[in-house]
Amino acid sequence: MKKAEELRKKFLRKEMFPTIFCDGCGIGNVLNYTLWAMDELNLDLDKTVFVSGIGCSSRLTGYVQADGLHTTHGRALAFATGVKAANPDLTVIIFTGDGDGSGIGGNHLLHAIRRNIDVTVILVNNYTYGMTGGQAAPTTPLGSISTTTPYGNIEYPLDVSELAKAIGAPYVARWPVTYPYQPIKSIEQGISKKGFALIEMLAPCPTAYGRRNKLRNLEDSWQWYKDHVILIEEYERTMRFGSEAEQIALKDKVKIGVFQDTERSSFTEQWKTLVERVQVKPVKIEQMAQEKVLV
Amino acid sequence: MFCVIIDENWCKGCNLCILYCPTKALKLAERLNKRGIHPPEMTDENICNGCRLCELVCPDFAVTVEEEMVVKR
Amino acid sequence: MTRQKFKVKPLEYDLIRQVLGPKIQFIQGDTACAYGALLAGCTFFAGYPITPATEIAEEMSELLPKIGGCYIQMEDEIASIGAIIGASWTGVKTMTATSGPGFSLMQENLGYGIISETPCVIVNVQRSGPSTGQPTLGAYGDMMQARWGTHGDHEIIMLCPASVQESMLLTITAFNLAEKFRTPVLLFIDGELGHMRSRVIIPEEDEIEILNRPLTTVSPEEYQPFKANSQSLVPDFAPFGTGYHTYVTGLTHNEQGLPRTTSAQIHTQLVERLANKILHNQAEMTFSEEFYADDCNIALIAYGIAAGTCLDAVEEARKQGIKVGLLRLITIWPFPEELIALWATKVRVIVVPEMNLGQMVHPIKEAVAGRCAVQLLPKIGGDLHTPAEILKVLEGLQL
Repeated sequence: MKKAEELRKKFLRKEMFPTIFCDGCGIGNVLNYTLWAMDELNLDLDKTVFVSGIGCSSRLTGYVQADGLHTTHGRALAFATGVKAANPDLTVIIFTGDGDGSGIGGNHLLHAIRRNIDVTVILVNNYTYGMTGGQAAPTTPLGSISTTTPYGNIEYPLDVSELAKAIGAPYVARWPVTYPYQPIKSIEQGISKKGFALIEMLAPCPTAYGRRNKLRNLEDSWQWYKDHVILIEEYERTMRFGSEAEQIALKDKVKIGVFQDTERSSFTEQWKTLVERVQVKPVKIEQMAQEKVLV
Repeated sequence: MFCVIIDENWCKGCNLCILYCPTKALKLAERLNKRGIHPPEMTDENICNGCRLCELVCPDFAVTVEEEMVVKR
Repeated sequence: MTRQKFKVKPLEYDLIRQVLGPKIQFIQGDTACAYGALLAGCTFFAGYPITPATEIAEEMSELLPKIGGCYIQMEDEIASIGAIIGASWTGVKTMTATSGPGFSLMQENLGYGIISETPCVIVNVQRSGPSTGQPTLGAYGDMMQARWGTHGDHEIIMLCPASVQESMLLTITAFNLAEKFRTPVLLFIDGELGHMRSRVIIPEEDEIEILNRPLTTVSPEEYQPFKANSQSLVPDFAPFGTGYHTYVTGLTHNEQGLPRTTSAQIHTQLVERLANKILHNQAEMTFSEEFYADDCNIALIAYGIAAGTCLDAVEEARKQGIKVGLLRLITIWPFPEELIALWATKVRVIVVPEMNLGQMVHPIKEAVAGRCAVQLLPKIGGDLHTPAEILKVLEGLQL
């Protein structure tokens, strides 16, 4: 077990600290857990590329001492697909947020999963567009107050993990930042998984979301997660065997855990097979001329 | 003997370390630092058991747990 | 860490020739662009179908696997240009192709390519607009969008071939400029040229010049990703995955690549250097063709497929004794102001036939600065100017 200090020395871009994140922001927790996961895997930082879009979560790429691509809003997966397809030897990890990743980036998320590009997406879900001050996002719970839903959000939120599972991502997991060990394990599993992996991290945004929804206090925020999350297995057990009252109580709960863990051949694998089938063996020009291949 | 060191340049005063320390080894200092917050510090009882949960929950990488007999500042 | 000696992969010319086939072929402009890309060393294409550029994607999807490259069809044009920028950072030469509506979508990421100094080529096979317009008919309505489509202060390099053969050769030039100056380069043809079949001759290896992006020679500790060479104003490149830990961002950044958004000084330095990178090196990227330049009092300034029509009209006019000359612009941006100004001193009137309602006529007028008259010959709807039309105008102008 490495000392935290050693990890920081190895993985962090010191000149960028202290971070821009607010006090109590869960994005910092996500970075911490990612470092532990990377260390467990003995990840070679020289062969790892971090890609992000725009938003508070997307700032994470600036804090890691590795090749980083901080792109345009919602487009991290498109750029990352290019990086991975052009050099499959690189490990590509994406930091994104709920707005960046499932709002403007929704289409790219869909297709990255569909073509099963071998990348790991760590999506920080704080139920808001934090960087711009706290507007409603695709994952904002019904009834939430935000700067653009001052009377309460009337739109149904998106469940990103369920969506990823439905499209067929080989690895999908969701954990709140309040439990350190499970996210570290899931991030490890995601990076090791061949194909697309999504780890959705529920994180508090005390400043933009929390403050408007009675969760400004960090202790209240962390308690909220503990009161409202339920392991998938427990959820399913309750739905099958629980009492009616227990089942009704499930409506307020957020499912956490590993949604999907399967195997599926990745885009780069398929492309490699295709190239092997089709690639032309080079023949010298003189020989081609001799054989009258080129007129 | 364990010593919890808080980097005041990086600490933002979220207090997660204080809240979730299992032995209640940390408390808010009386003084204000240059950020205008009360930084966390060890209680007088010195009951840190070195579990390092504070290092793990700190979102700002500001906590370091040192295994030392004497802290040299 | 020790210094890296990057190995630049040499062009596998023999393999490419084998894959392209016979030396002389009868192919479309779109196909010629694809051939040019391969000859330039392009190994990565990400695109999305759109008339009349789809054939470029189709051709690349067939050719790239044969040379061990990568073709990927993205979900939209925004993703296409994003993917080619990402891929370029791994050190490979990349291209995408689209038409007007797709090019409009690409603007945000084009700006990203500019500020991140990413070499890549974007082909726009223009079609009649605005909006969905006339998908199968050619036009040159994106000339200004090329210059100002993406927000913020920037310069851009844009080339306009006028024949199928030139479409192939200028694609190679586009790659060279993109690599040398570490910037996205635009290559604009149109639906007519893209779908027109013509005889092309594939150049021999010694007839092609291949340029590659400048690679760093210092160690990772010393390397500053966006510190430019003081002469060329181009920073040295270090591909992803080689231990240089480059941070690339669209935010205003310092020479280390780290965001510095609140400093007016750093922003000014960066944005001005990016502009000067193009402007100070303008001579190296300015191409044009001149006919009867020394002996004319009327000038035609044309570009793209219209230039072919003009040449025909000029030859006819000359037979009639009309002293007309033709300046064919190959490089559209950065705009060759000095060249236009020079021609303006020689003639009484400049005629500008455009397959739009007047776009390049504006910078032309600006460069002419009142030295002579400027007459626009606009034509939209998909029909080309005819030599007879242009000849009639020239006859009318003759004193």
